[in-house]
Amino acid sequence: MITIAGAGLAGLACALELARRGAQVRVFDPGHAPGDRSVARYAGGMLAPWCERESAEEEVITLGAQAADWWAEVTPVTRRGTLVVTPPRDRAELQRFARRTAGFRGVDGDEIASLEPALAGRFSQGLFFEQEAHLDPRRALRDLTATVQELGVEIIYGTPAPSGVTLDCTGMASPVEGLRPVRGEMAILHCPEVQITRTLRLLHPRMPLYLVPRGDGHYMIGGTMIESSSTRAISLRSLSELLSAAFALHPGFAEASVVETGAGLRPAFADNLPRLVQQGDTLHLNGLYRHGFLLAPAMAARAADHLISETSHEPDRQRATA
Amino acid sequence: MRVYGTEVSSRLLLGTAQYPSPKVLAEAITASGCEIITVSLRRETADGSGAGFWDLLRDTGTRILPNTAGCHSVQEAVTTAQMAREVFGTNWIKLEVIGHSDTLQPDVFGLVEAARILCADGFEVFPYTTDDLVVGEKLVEAGCELLMPWGAPIGSGQGLRNPDALRAMRAHFPDIPLIVDAGIGRPSDAAQAMELGIDAVLLNTAVAKAGDPVAMARAMALGIEAGRMGHMAEPMEPRDMAVPSTPLLGLAELG
Repeated sequence: MITIAGAGLAGLACALELARRGAQVRVFDPGHAPGDRSVARYAGGMLAPWCERESAEEEVITLGAQAADWWAEVTPVTRRGTLVVTPPRDRAELQRFARRTAGFRGVDGDEIASLEPALAGRFSQGLFFEQEAHLDPRRALRDLTATVQELGVEIIYGTPAPSGVTLDCTGMASPVEGLRPVRGEMAILHCPEVQITRTLRLLHPRMPLYLVPRGDGHYMIGGTMIESSSTRAISLRSLSELLSAAFALHPGFAEASVVETGAGLRPAFADNLPRLVQQGDTLHLNGLYRHGFLLAPAMAARAADHLISETSHEPDRQRATA
Repeated sequence: MRVYGTEVSSRLLLGTAQYPSPKVLAEAITASGCEIITVSLRRETADGSGAGFWDLLRDTGTRILPNTAGCHSVQEAVTTAQMAREVFGTNWIKLEVIGHSDTLQPDVFGLVEAARILCADGFEVFPYTTDDLVVGEKLVEAGCELLMPWGAPIGSGQGLRNPDALRAMRAHFPDIPLIVDAGIGRPSDAAQAMELGIDAVLLNTAVAKAGDPVAMARAMALGIEAGRMGHMAEPMEPRDMAVPSTPLLGLAELG
């Protein structure tokens, strides 16, 4: 029996990988419903390794390239790519972004308009990352929970994990060393007047924004990264910057309803890459930072390889941990 | 170089924002040999919630210069400085009072007022100012023992937009340490500042947003070192005509 602390994104992804390998798995979580204590609730749900490379190590691509396929077996994945645009004044930002990334093609105003008719005439230059995808994080957490339960994984809610679990996936609640919280803030808009069908990124030196369509006229916007452990509600500064950036993307968002705001703490190591760490008898998977949905599948596979090779004493199956 | 009685050998001060990760930041600090780093204290982190990141900064072994980045009023800057003294246990404060939201240029009136309040309260103030001589004088009168004139607007990477003004500042304040803060984009900008006789350079975006921040940090340190060495070596004055560098005397007579 493999025991896991935390039924958030990392814990459930590991449960799935372990169950697929035939392990018996029990997951403990102090929450009461799938993902209700998970910072992944506030995620964008972007599966965008090529864009993320702008500020992350190459490993984000090698670990994240297969994420969309992995998720597509669990939950609906929208594969319409990412469109990156910038106001004319900040064209240098687009050039910098292009230099730092790969897997895109440059698009002009006409192509932007054919990809996203709502943006016709608004942007004359952009980058299109055709292979990227997105999902709905809350739906994905629910679907992932159902999937693992169908495979016989037992999830015990309302119960903190007993000491000495096999695998700890408790994010910021984990005792693993070297973790720090990076606060992220988001808002959900309802704006049926503006129809955007794929993830957009607006590059701006002061208020970068990403916007992810959630369907039914709902959009998630986010983009803040603050070195803070504060869990208070979103600040007026962050919210006004996010909303201004959304307005810059399309003035139609002026009519949007702000239906939700949220803030969460993303666990990160000093290199902002996830790690498997053995501490005593417990293996820890942590530090998914802003790449939870993107990197959880690959890291869960590594964790499962590690645990199963260990329990079955097959040293040739042991892989180096990240 | 002595700043407020502390001897520092590196003439590069690094800001700590916008790096791809704290690990890259720490490597950039090591590669540059810098001994002083600036950290902005925002009200949202002053309750100690920024501790995870600050611990990583302390681990670099550098001296921390907290700043009041993003403050738009005297009161806000003074309050932030007081919180920074509590959090970081230092009297050093890089004082920014921003006067214009687009150019982020200093509100020099508010800056002088805040400097007066903080110096009287025992702070050792590093004022981020323009290259205006009169403002510089007022800051010195207020108790500042060094000045940090801009090279260009914060984060713009435009280099030294007004070298003549910095030259005049150097001449006007021969004994006050001058640190160019803001606007540096390339190592040659940093070298140019040092050739003008500026004592040190503070920069952030040029390193943090470079393709390879660690290599750029080293390049900046080398630019600063070259510029300083060139300044001390007393560069030649430009001439308006060519002067052959090979003596004419003793040339072979060819038929």
